[in-house]
Amino acid sequence: MELAARYRDEGADELVFYDITASPEGRSVDREWVSRVARVLDIPFCVAGGIRSVADAEEILNAGAEKVSINSPALANPGLIDALSARFGSQCIVVGIDSQLTEQGYRAYQFTGDPDRTRESGREVLSWVREVQDRGAGEIVLNCMGSDGVRRGYDVEQLRSVREICQVPLVASGGAGSAEHFTAVFTQAGVDAALAASVFHSGAIAIRDLKRDLRSAGIEVRP
Amino acid sequence: METVIIDSGGANLASLQFAFERLGARTHVSNDARTITSAARIILPGVGAAANAMQRLRNSGLAALLPSLTQPVLGICLGMQLLFQRSEEGSTDCLGILPETVRRLQPAPGLPVPHMGWNQLNLVRDDPLLEGIAPNDYVYFVHSYAVPVATMTLATADYGIAVSAMVRKGNFWGAQFHPERSAGTGARVLANFLRLE
Repeated sequence: MELAARYRDEGADELVFYDITASPEGRSVDREWVSRVARVLDIPFCVAGGIRSVADAEEILNAGAEKVSINSPALANPGLIDALSARFGSQCIVVGIDSQLTEQGYRAYQFTGDPDRTRESGREVLSWVREVQDRGAGEIVLNCMGSDGVRRGYDVEQLRSVREICQVPLVASGGAGSAEHFTAVFTQAGVDAALAASVFHSGAIAIRDLKRDLRSAGIEVRP
Repeated sequence: METVIIDSGGANLASLQFAFERLGARTHVSNDARTITSAARIILPGVGAAANAMQRLRNSGLAALLPSLTQPVLGICLGMQLLFQRSEEGSTDCLGILPETVRRLQPAPGLPVPHMGWNQLNLVRDDPLLEGIAPNDYVYFVHSYAVPVATMTLATADYGIAVSAMVRKGNFWGAQFHPERSAGTGARVLANFLRLE
């Protein structure tokens, strides 16, 4: 809660809340908590975590979220994307993809919130990106697992290849460690937004400083 | 006398109510014709598809009532589009309070559809709803259809082409963006709306 208010005040453009253990634990994100955060936020708010049905999504949206993001449940039941987008409009349906390089190329992974249950879904990332758009996803968050958590920069090359086939907004995730990493992913991969967690939580990067740096690199950002 | 948010069947009513709460204003969500007719101000929100939303308004009898209202009405996002004659989305006849046809945005390189994100306002006309809003202030958009720029346009946003970001005709106002998620600028628009008589 304090973190949500802090990011609001520091100029974050959107807040995404991932309850990453919800899917592996077979539950879904706490509605009451979503509502408490939505009350204090005056910026877009996206919620993810074990949203497996239209009813789940409706409760989360009614609690005050703008968008719901689905990842493992979409891999288990791709028709969920169609159902959600028909009911609520594609603009509030985000599909998250956890991508990792395997011997067969980039594959989408499920249940990444729990290392013991994480598994390869059998789906090739680029074809999954095409499919989720056809099914009505309004936004794609590509989390590059190979670069996630190591703060050595976004996987610009992979993001660029996804960008080429992605007609909906594309959000980069995984690997942010410095302001230069953000500049690089915007200018070289052409993503619409960049997501980061640990560098903001720890205070390693202040949002205001980051926005100043992006602006001086010629990237348009909200003050 | 209070502000009534029309229950248009979309799912963003909570975030709108929370935005008014932050301004210290109580709102009431209703579908009831008498409650709506006696409200001081009315918000017509809307998330989802135009055809569904119009069907709900027809079923509840509000499609006939809304054009006759005389108090300030603010349509937000799809709610603004519904104020117009027609929408290309599902070839739907809308409320016909304002004259244009709502058009689909065309994707272009660097301009994905839906248009989802922060964009700047270009102010076209003075209006009480725009008091305290500066040119180039950022607001948050989420839409795939848009109203062309016309005489009722108060502010525009550029997304490949200029589209109507805010409109007004008489006691009917519209915002294509989401003031409830547009930080300080959005809060100012809602506070201005609460001051309208």
